[in-house]
Amino acid sequence: MENISKEEYQKIVKKHTPHEDRLKNGIIVFIAGGIMGVLAQILMQVYINFFNLASSDASVLVIITFIVLACILTGFGVFDKLVRIFKAALLIPITGFAHAMMSSAMEYRKEGFVTGIGSNIFKLTGTVILYGVVSAYFFGMIRYFIMGA
Amino acid sequence: MIYVNAFLFCGIVCLIAQIILDNTTLTPGHITSLFVIIGVILDVFNIYDKILLWAGAGAILPITSFGHLLIHGSMDFASDYGFIGLATGMFNLTAAGISIAIVASFFLTLIFKPKD
Repeated sequence: MENISKEEYQKIVKKHTPHEDRLKNGIIVFIAGGIMGVLAQILMQVYINFFNLASSDASVLVIITFIVLACILTGFGVFDKLVRIFKAALLIPITGFAHAMMSSAMEYRKEGFVTGIGSNIFKLTGTVILYGVVSAYFFGMIRYFIMGA
Repeated sequence: MIYVNAFLFCGIVCLIAQIILDNTTLTPGHITSLFVIIGVILDVFNIYDKILLWAGAGAILPITSFGHLLIHGSMDFASDYGFIGLATGMFNLTAAGISIAIVASFFLTLIFKPKD
């Protein structure tokens, strides 16, 4: 075993890590993410026009539709393949939240209902809820005392 | 026109996330947490409401809207019930999304078996 310095080691690591085409990634993600936004807008118009819903109710239904779709696709194992192609375009919309929850529930399914699903369902989404609630409470309090509600 | 705005906003948010993913060692978990906090901060200054009017559902879909809904429900209740409203109204608007995500993933987990 020959001795190599830290810099040489870093060089070797850099050479062997798979190099991704960032420009191509960016273009794919921008277009796919945009299409997700347009789909959501079309769905919202459908809910407003055909089911006569108020726009606030329609927006909740749009979110629910995307969550259920993402859960079903994760169940079939399709979502992971799509994420490999479209990357952040599927992880940043609410579909990523549903996918994280569904996949951690499925992964720990065999460990039982309480110690498996119960204690691990929030394993990946817990961070989003935690920092969302903490920052909303913190900034909400600042705004409440400085600017009033 | 709102379709173009929805395309642009949702696309740009995803693009920023992908640029961070490609150029740093942060995981998607870090980025979604960061974007939720950005959504909260944008709502503090009432910017997110303007984005919602401009981009429609394109601004509802990204995870930033989760943060926006958290603080928005909180502030709505705070104006009605005072300081305690900050806590009681926290999940007022996001409850539907979180509940459906939990219920759907629980029952679908019982149906589907993991592939590998």
